[in-house]
Amino acid sequence: MTAPRIHVPDKAKTLSWELKDGTIELALHHPPCNEIGMVMLADLEQFVAALRAAEGNARALIVYSRQDAGFSAGADLRELYAASLGLTPAERVAGARAFLERIHAVLNAMDASPLTTIAAVHGVTFGGGFELALACDLIIADKMTRFCFPELRLGLVPGFGGIPRLRRDAGNAVVRDLLLTGRSFNATKAMAAGIVSQVAAEGEALAVARATAAQANKFDPTTSAAAKRFLKPIPREELRREIDLFCELFERTAVMEGLRKFVENTGTHPYLP
Amino acid sequence: MKTLEQTTDELLTLAARHFKIPREELAPTDDFYRKLKIDSLRALELITRLEHHFGIELPDYEVQGVTDFHTLASRIQARL
Repeated sequence: MTAPRIHVPDKAKTLSWELKDGTIELALHHPPCNEIGMVMLADLEQFVAALRAAEGNARALIVYSRQDAGFSAGADLRELYAASLGLTPAERVAGARAFLERIHAVLNAMDASPLTTIAAVHGVTFGGGFELALACDLIIADKMTRFCFPELRLGLVPGFGGIPRLRRDAGNAVVRDLLLTGRSFNATKAMAAGIVSQVAAEGEALAVARATAAQANKFDPTTSAAAKRFLKPIPREELRREIDLFCELFERTAVMEGLRKFVENTGTHPYLP
Repeated sequence: MKTLEQTTDELLTLAARHFKIPREELAPTDDFYRKLKIDSLRALELITRLEHHFGIELPDYEVQGVTDFHTLASRIQARL
């Protein structure tokens, strides 16, 4: 039986959501690849508020992308660079910290949701996009997915909770390899590393996620929520330390130089040190 | 163990199939960005397909700066 859809506020420009058969589906559709800047952050905050209100009517949440390029390319570095120009280091850090506090509140709320949460990912799943997926209980990946934490290339660390959440799921060898080389992994490697729970054929991640959600929806929601709290504690202390570390690194002029090279690069190859 | 020539041939065949270019139009010395008309995102897709096809990992830093099929095949060969 199909339940009524959740009202989708007109103000949400980068995403939309609906409730169907006990599952909330959150679709990201912000071209080119769901870069997370101020607009998407505000939309995600709206979604989280609606999620809390809808929890009594739903048992599962699926997050997916309608962009061909992938799930999400992560933080909007062009917006970050433009917003940081002309600011003192202290002002830059204050702006970054305010943004990080807000995105952490969003991802912590999704992480702590009593619903069974599934990220159905494909293509580019980088940086903040990877961190959004890691906040979910399960990652179901199209076989063509690429996962990457490229932040060290810019002189930064992931800032949306990526390190603590990756450490929660994967072994140290994989965590260090991903972070310290900035290289990307495919879905098969990510599954072997314990990051991905299921690999789907090309274009089938959402269908597999829907089948998985339908299975999860059969269980008593109180039991599922209790199991989730027991299995998946939120590393709050480490998350706070990650914000501090990001801000400490973001203050350096070398980071602005790295961002400038990235933003101004117009060649076929992205700027990669 | 495949020879470098065999690996190069498989690479060219796979690239031709997925990017819909006649196989006979691709040569080992071609710049694959230009020949396949791909950007860095599509190049990442090519790397993922190659990883699945050959059952290997191709770290980005090993193929960074590589633009021709022959050199790409030698990177693959080193991981077989």
